[in-house]
Amino acid sequence: MLDFLANVGETLLSTLRDVTPIVVILVVFQVAVLRQRLPNIRGIATGSVMVLLGLALFLIGLEQALFPVGETMAQQLTEKAGAGAGALADAVRWQDYWVVYLFAAAIGFATTVAEPALIAVALKAKEVSGGAVSAWGLRIAVAVGVAIGVSLGCFRIVTGTPLPWYIVAAYVIVIVQTYFSSRTIIPLAYDSGGVTTSTVTVPVVAALGLGLAANVPGRSPLIDGFGLIAFASVFPIISVLGYAIVADRVGRWRTRNERQEVEP
Amino acid sequence: MQHTREEHGLPRFALAMAKQTLGALRDLAPIFAVVIFFQIVVLRQPFPDLANVIVGLVCVVLGLALFVQGLESGLFPLGEALAQGMARKGSAVALLALAFCLGFGATVAEPALIAVAAEGAEVASQAQFIGDSQDAQDRYALEVRLVVAAAVGIAIVLGVLRILKGWPIHRFIIGGYVLVMVMTLFAPEEIVGVAYDSGGVTTSTITVPLITALGVGLASTIRGRSPMLDGFGLIAFASLTPMIGVLGYGMVV
Repeated sequence: MLDFLANVGETLLSTLRDVTPIVVILVVFQVAVLRQRLPNIRGIATGSVMVLLGLALFLIGLEQALFPVGETMAQQLTEKAGAGAGALADAVRWQDYWVVYLFAAAIGFATTVAEPALIAVALKAKEVSGGAVSAWGLRIAVAVGVAIGVSLGCFRIVTGTPLPWYIVAAYVIVIVQTYFSSRTIIPLAYDSGGVTTSTVTVPVVAALGLGLAANVPGRSPLIDGFGLIAFASVFPIISVLGYAIVADRVGRWRTRNERQEVEP
Repeated sequence: MQHTREEHGLPRFALAMAKQTLGALRDLAPIFAVVIFFQIVVLRQPFPDLANVIVGLVCVVLGLALFVQGLESGLFPLGEALAQGMARKGSAVALLALAFCLGFGATVAEPALIAVAAEGAEVASQAQFIGDSQDAQDRYALEVRLVVAAAVGIAIVLGVLRILKGWPIHRFIIGGYVLVMVMTLFAPEEIVGVAYDSGGVTTSTITVPLITALGVGLASTIRGRSPMLDGFGLIAFASLTPMIGVLGYGMVV
């Protein structure tokens, strides 16, 4: 119990330390440049304290419950898959690691749905678009992108192929998609790449990458362990743009059909 | 509706928290499902330290509920009030200065970035890219952090400038991608992984809502800008420029 309380204090302190520079900047600009008081300062202050407390509690809980489980699981799964493949020590067969790809996709999806930063952006997108962009739809689309990205990233670690190939290919897909997308969704889609990799996703995904690189023969955790976060930041852009393009096409196709039915 | 209930502050808060807690449970359900499934079906092992796990889960659910509830009454209005005040003041220099400070200040102390920079320094030293003394590693990690923080500062400046001018975002992002691809060809191999990852780790859970509210607030205050078309995109800039910065740093050092 004492340990737990000490942990709470420590996390609260470190969250406070992260937030302090931002608060100082905001206050300085508000006071020195704008020279006016914030509207509804009480609401903003209580809200900010809630954000701080909530984030600290969230982090403590993650450290207590999720991260140890996630990390041991990543390790055990990669070891298990590695042991099955161990018969031929130097020939790594990527098929032997299918459990790892499955786990990567599942955990990538699940952690993204829980990511507080993504919840914030989805709420804002729903508000700004007047409900045309559904908060859940956006979050599911992003989570599917992260799932595919992390899974593919694990495949890359197992096969040891160079990281730039994948990332450059993904960029080319994004560029092509951009030309087929409606202008309104593009900024949001680009943003969704950056917001996915935060508090929940990064530690779990990084543990998975390091565990995998340490257990696959011929891979070094230092060189090959990197890159999963990069995968998790590019693929959501592809999935959100893809979802928007398909939804747009289906919508147009439907209205055209309806018109044809009405005209004759 | 809200005004009539203003006098019952506490019950209203309790109701809102109960709603947020339900929402948080729903948000976290997939994680619970995945962990339980793999632990029991695939690994076939009982949970280690079940009591701890349950206490932790309660903390996670309550924390997320508090966070989301505070977001709408604290961070969003704060970002928007600031954006509107700055837009009304009409000083582009002050606005861009705020943008840079916010980007730099939020990033330089980011724990995820500190971790990635330290790991990157280890890679670089193993590859004989820098000396293997602790001193050289620390300096390298610090420099990577400063480069990334400055890159995020520049990103927010560019992004705000884009909102002011109404430039289309895709030219910047595609241009940035092309730059990253070209620089990848010339940058030392050891730094590519760190550079790519540094794009993703810079945007933290507090910064993202604040910066999003800032962008949307600016775009809805300035005449002729649409919040949907111009308000989003700041985060995209902030995850692209660190890659360019770190790749460039790797080529110079």
